[in-house]
Amino acid sequence: MKNYDAIVIGAGHNGLTNAAFLAKAGLDVLVLEKNDYIGGATVSRELQEGWKYSNCSYVCSLFRPEIYQALDLGRHGLEVVPLQGGVTFKQDGDYYGNYHQSALKYREIARHSKRDADAAVRFDADLMKWCRLIRGFLLRTPPDPTSFKIRDAMEFASLLKAFYELSESQIYEFIRFFTMSIAEYLEEYFESEVIKAHFSGGSIIGTGLGVYSPGTAYVLLHHAMGDVDGNVGSWGFARGGMGSVSGAIASSFKSHGGEIRSGAEVEQINVSGRKATGVTLANGEVINAKAVVSNLDAKRTFLKIMDKKDLPDELVTRAENFKIRGSSGKLNIALDGMPDFPALGENSPLTLGHMHFSDTLERLERAYDDWKDDRWSADPYVDIVIPTQYEPTMAPPGKHMMSVFVQYCPVEAEGGWTEEKKQAFGQTVINQIADYSPNFKDLLVHAEIRTPKEIEAEVGLTEGNIFQGELTLDQLMFNRPFPGYAQYRGPVKNMYMCSSSNHPGGGVMGAPGANAAREILMDFGKTDTTPEDFGDD
Amino acid sequence: MTKNILIIGGGHNGLVCGAYLAKAGNKVTILEANDSVGGFLASHQFSDGYSVNGLAGVVHPLNPKIAKDLGIKAGGEPVDTISLGKDGRHLILGEDGVSGDKLSDKDKDAYRAFKKEFRNYAKALEPLTMNKPPRLKDMDTRDKFTLAKLGWKLRFGLGASSMREFLRVGGINIYDVLNEIIDDEQLKGAISFDAVLGHQMGPRTPTTVLTYLNRLRGETYGATSLAGANSAFEEAAAKAGVTIKTGAAVSKIVVENGKATGVVLEGGEEMNADIVVSNADAKTTFLDLVGAPELDAMFAKRISTTRTNGNVAKLHFALSALPNFNGLDADQLSNRLIVAPDMRYVEHAFNHSKYGEFSEKPILEITFPSLADISLAPEGHHVMAVSASFAPYNLKAGWDQNKSAFSHKVLSLIEDYAPGVSASVVADEILTPADIEQGFNVKGGHWHHGELTIDQSFMMRPIHGTAQYNTPIDGLFLCGAAAHPGGGVTGIPGHNAAERILSMKGGAS
Amino acid sequence: MKPNADYREILQHTPFHEKLAPLSQVQSWSPWNGYQVARTYDTLAAEYFAVRSSCSVFDMTPMEKYRIKGPDAIAFLNRMVTRDVSNLKPGRVTYVVWCNDEGKTLDDGTIFHLGKDGYRLCAAHHQLDWLMTSSIGFDVSIEKETHDVAALSVQGPTSCSVLLEAGFAGLEELKPFGIMNFTVQGVDVMVSRTGFTGDLGYEVWMDPDHAITIFDAIYDVKERGLYDIKPIGLDALEMVRIEAGFILPGDDFVTAETAVRNGRERSPFELGLGWAVSFDKPYFTGRRALEKEADEPIKRRLVKLAIEGNKTPHDSFLYDGKNGKRIGTIKVTIWSPILKQNLAVADIEYQNGKEPAEIWAEIYYQKELEWKSIWAKCEISEKPFWSPPRRSKTPPDRF
Repeated sequence: MKNYDAIVIGAGHNGLTNAAFLAKAGLDVLVLEKNDYIGGATVSRELQEGWKYSNCSYVCSLFRPEIYQALDLGRHGLEVVPLQGGVTFKQDGDYYGNYHQSALKYREIARHSKRDADAAVRFDADLMKWCRLIRGFLLRTPPDPTSFKIRDAMEFASLLKAFYELSESQIYEFIRFFTMSIAEYLEEYFESEVIKAHFSGGSIIGTGLGVYSPGTAYVLLHHAMGDVDGNVGSWGFARGGMGSVSGAIASSFKSHGGEIRSGAEVEQINVSGRKATGVTLANGEVINAKAVVSNLDAKRTFLKIMDKKDLPDELVTRAENFKIRGSSGKLNIALDGMPDFPALGENSPLTLGHMHFSDTLERLERAYDDWKDDRWSADPYVDIVIPTQYEPTMAPPGKHMMSVFVQYCPVEAEGGWTEEKKQAFGQTVINQIADYSPNFKDLLVHAEIRTPKEIEAEVGLTEGNIFQGELTLDQLMFNRPFPGYAQYRGPVKNMYMCSSSNHPGGGVMGAPGANAAREILMDFGKTDTTPEDFGDD
Repeated sequence: MTKNILIIGGGHNGLVCGAYLAKAGNKVTILEANDSVGGFLASHQFSDGYSVNGLAGVVHPLNPKIAKDLGIKAGGEPVDTISLGKDGRHLILGEDGVSGDKLSDKDKDAYRAFKKEFRNYAKALEPLTMNKPPRLKDMDTRDKFTLAKLGWKLRFGLGASSMREFLRVGGINIYDVLNEIIDDEQLKGAISFDAVLGHQMGPRTPTTVLTYLNRLRGETYGATSLAGANSAFEEAAAKAGVTIKTGAAVSKIVVENGKATGVVLEGGEEMNADIVVSNADAKTTFLDLVGAPELDAMFAKRISTTRTNGNVAKLHFALSALPNFNGLDADQLSNRLIVAPDMRYVEHAFNHSKYGEFSEKPILEITFPSLADISLAPEGHHVMAVSASFAPYNLKAGWDQNKSAFSHKVLSLIEDYAPGVSASVVADEILTPADIEQGFNVKGGHWHHGELTIDQSFMMRPIHGTAQYNTPIDGLFLCGAAAHPGGGVTGIPGHNAAERILSMKGGAS
Repeated sequence: MKPNADYREILQHTPFHEKLAPLSQVQSWSPWNGYQVARTYDTLAAEYFAVRSSCSVFDMTPMEKYRIKGPDAIAFLNRMVTRDVSNLKPGRVTYVVWCNDEGKTLDDGTIFHLGKDGYRLCAAHHQLDWLMTSSIGFDVSIEKETHDVAALSVQGPTSCSVLLEAGFAGLEELKPFGIMNFTVQGVDVMVSRTGFTGDLGYEVWMDPDHAITIFDAIYDVKERGLYDIKPIGLDALEMVRIEAGFILPGDDFVTAETAVRNGRERSPFELGLGWAVSFDKPYFTGRRALEKEADEPIKRRLVKLAIEGNKTPHDSFLYDGKNGKRIGTIKVTIWSPILKQNLAVADIEYQNGKEPAEIWAEIYYQKELEWKSIWAKCEISEKPFWSPPRRSKTPPDRF
């Protein structure tokens, strides 16, 4: 029977990225996927005839351009089209339009507060400072602060060096940014409620935290530090839906001789003599490999497909205590035409971007309070995009696809999810949209409603958490997923982790996959095929 | 060289700071706006014949080094915390153990282990607590030493695995930590109570682990020791040779060419000094007394945006008799009683405060000062002191019209645990954070002179640029709870400030 | 609720646009603070010489303008800027620069004492947030009036003559940095003898609703065949401001508020603006940091450089000798038609607080797409490159 160099469990974008870099280095790599299709949470699915849904992740920005280039994804079919601006509708019939043209954006902020328009200069520059600092560490392996190894010490020194390039007051300001709530952070810059509400949305997407929870300012970076062709903070659509991202990586992987088997669910990682030897599939088939890489989140990896007896007790506790906290739902909607948003007037470019309806920090925080009590938000925060306005591949001509990301939605609605509750959750969201778009309900052709439960069942993200683990201080950098295990190596030899449960966390970034590949190739004594950060100096 | 030093504010930190400075041979005068010193510890008659020993309900962690240095005996015994259950099921939380009906051995062990582990963290942080917070760039020798000691204590004091665990939990919330280790909801509620009382935080708010660690710096003393504590601080200061001037409200700190040269009192009297030390909160010190024109613009703005809104109301009830609490003996009432039945309850209480509302069901800390000091009430009568949260400083509906509503809410909540208590109320008083601001000259009426979130702690307390007790104004220092490590009757800010003043070039002798 | 921003008009038109747009022969426009303004109308050479030899008009409406009033207005301004402005008289204007807490330059501009109407601060960049931040503890009102005041800069040797003909009677008595008020064609208009050209010139301030009336009054002097008047764009202004030694925050150096990378900000000393910093006044923002800096050897300076030869040193690196140590870069450069010299603003490191003994630029240039490099010697000029006596002569020569 064939003995692979490496098996990667899970054909999500990080698994595929990891596999592609291993294959590029000449390893014989097999990727196993439980579903009949690949992509994990980066998929395009046709659930209504004629419509394609990016039914999990839906926009692209964080994906590392270094990986894009190194895996030649453009030639493998990936195109990321920048998405333009955004809007937050106000309850009084007005709105804040986050135009992408700077002069227009300035004037629009000034319409709500002249001072805020000027303060945005300071805010943008400050945010960029923190972006630069964090971005430099995305494609690096976090050092272990308790270790005395030279590599850790050097890596720690480089971390400190980057930190020390800041002035003294900037160092403190960075610590404050890292630990403050987004609401309080924004209050140091802005006075207009709708401006604060608009800019704080990115800080709660995907997290079990509210806008007033310390630590959320940092989460903003996970939605602000990406770029499309150097435009930091911009987002883009993958032409053909997010499945194009995984499709292109898979194509690149195959071009380096890689092999993918879908419909192949892994039951267990086989361990013998404290070494991983391969995997056993759900159908009983055993496949051997010199290395096993799990792209499943930390909980699934250690609690589902590994045997407790193969693991240190401490690790089992850590996996049990790993904070996943699913908090997001999703509606994917097929529309018979483009909905009207009368507040914007006709032909407004603002529908081309992200649309939101939460115009105060209080509404955002109250949405979180509902979730804390295991209810979906009665007045949720939504992030809506309609890519079909300029993306021709996802709906029939003249028809549209609307992706609605919903914050918050509990893992277990009080007393457990039922079909009725799921529909009621969907209706809450649809009603909110209809409040701002009178013809919306008439245009509805089909709506796929996804609570954390469906996302977990289908994609395998525990609790449907889009980051595969909360982005809180206890689970970042050298603490991610657990202290002492932040360097992509598992608790047994030859076992590795490449999912977003690892540094630097979630978002369609590809960085955990690439970073894990670097460590594996190092252990194999192979030439490193993973890219270095482009740098920004 | 002997310096002439003025200290603004006779709260316990001012007294501690003054005592240290006077002991070192300086001429120290403390200026107190009220008629007696003590600040939050000053005794106070709220109705004819009924008094309390101070605003603080209990004394938390009086620092042993300071007590020893200044010969302060807090007096009294440490008290337990009794978490009240509606059905009469109470938990008694002692220093290291917990007891209560139907509490599993697993939880009892977990509590012990948790306290031990967390006490170790608190100990590891001690170099940071008892020193000026180190700067992170341009460190002096002292800063390097502090950081080295901290690093050593974390790595070798705690050991690799404890250190990792500390780095993991240090920045997160008490809710997650407790859910990992304890099953009993009431026990978790009681612990989370200590993590949130006095802060604008709920159990699920990240950084509540740190606020809990703050509580572990010493033991919990009961009301018995309050009066003693105050006069002990005053005596220590007097013994060291400090002059105390009461009824002396400062209206201005005089700054000439970037240097503090004295103060002006409200009456217009000018007093010169080589060094001025402010025990007032940062907003009062910088914006009211110094004035923004003497400061850099962003510094003034950052001071003005520090979060200083308090959220604990203090209620005093004069009782004609000692109430009966379901399931408690009368002699247990000398302990500290709390109402925080579970973490969800505490979180819900907190939710309201985010929107400028007081809690529908508040969390309470109840003590009976008259049990220890019978002079506080007429014979047979008693005084019940209650700290109730959340009662936000900026109540949307306005405090003036809603004080009594909140007071009734609190009393009827106590009634659930002690039926009949309302009937015995002879007089009462409620001090909202707005009243505390007025009565104690503390902006926002915040217990800690400002939230103890990470961004307002350590080398960022009250803000960076003035976090090492010295200020941008030469010869002006901070010594109160606004400075590191914050409030509580610890005396540590006063102690650290005195050390800083004594060690600075051009400082005092 | 104010009318929504019109997304179809990303750049707005100034009140002069309807007059100036038809004068544009090349339709070369640029954005400036949300407005559409001309880069050039005709040719750069013609516009340049309009400033230096006859009369130019430049639409400066987009310039940021703020009105400061209230009992503490002057105390507030004096606390914000590094210069002592406490003695600024009504009807006078002064150049100022201001810093953040760390003593790094945020922006520069001018303060106009408008008498009972308070003070106007003109700035290069958005400053409302900083003004509001600085106002804590002061009894002042601050309003942004950028869009409420139209402004036209009339500059050149014949500018006084033109304006006198246009109805600004008595203007000849106006001294540099002075302000006078007029009623022209029934419109109240304010004139200051200020400018960004280093030449004789005036800035004319008015209500946007009457901007056309005033423009017509001035342009009529040309229509009548008395004097030539040429509109000029940003490109010509860039040339004359470099000749005159004016710096432009954001172009010549990174302002402290926008700097992302540490060490990119500059103190006034490093910008050669030490003369605008006074320690003989009450506290001002950045003072402590600047006092400390003043005690230490200066690390770098923004300097005015004249470069030998005729090859333009665009983006050139600077060295302390031919093939020497790299000590800086050129920020902006122009060929001066009047001095027949390349002029530049450059950022240069000072070793031990000393100006480099020699400065050489390595210039890459191409002729018919063939690239070459040469070395050119540079000289620091402490004074403005061009400052004719007519700039300050009062009354100015009549033509």
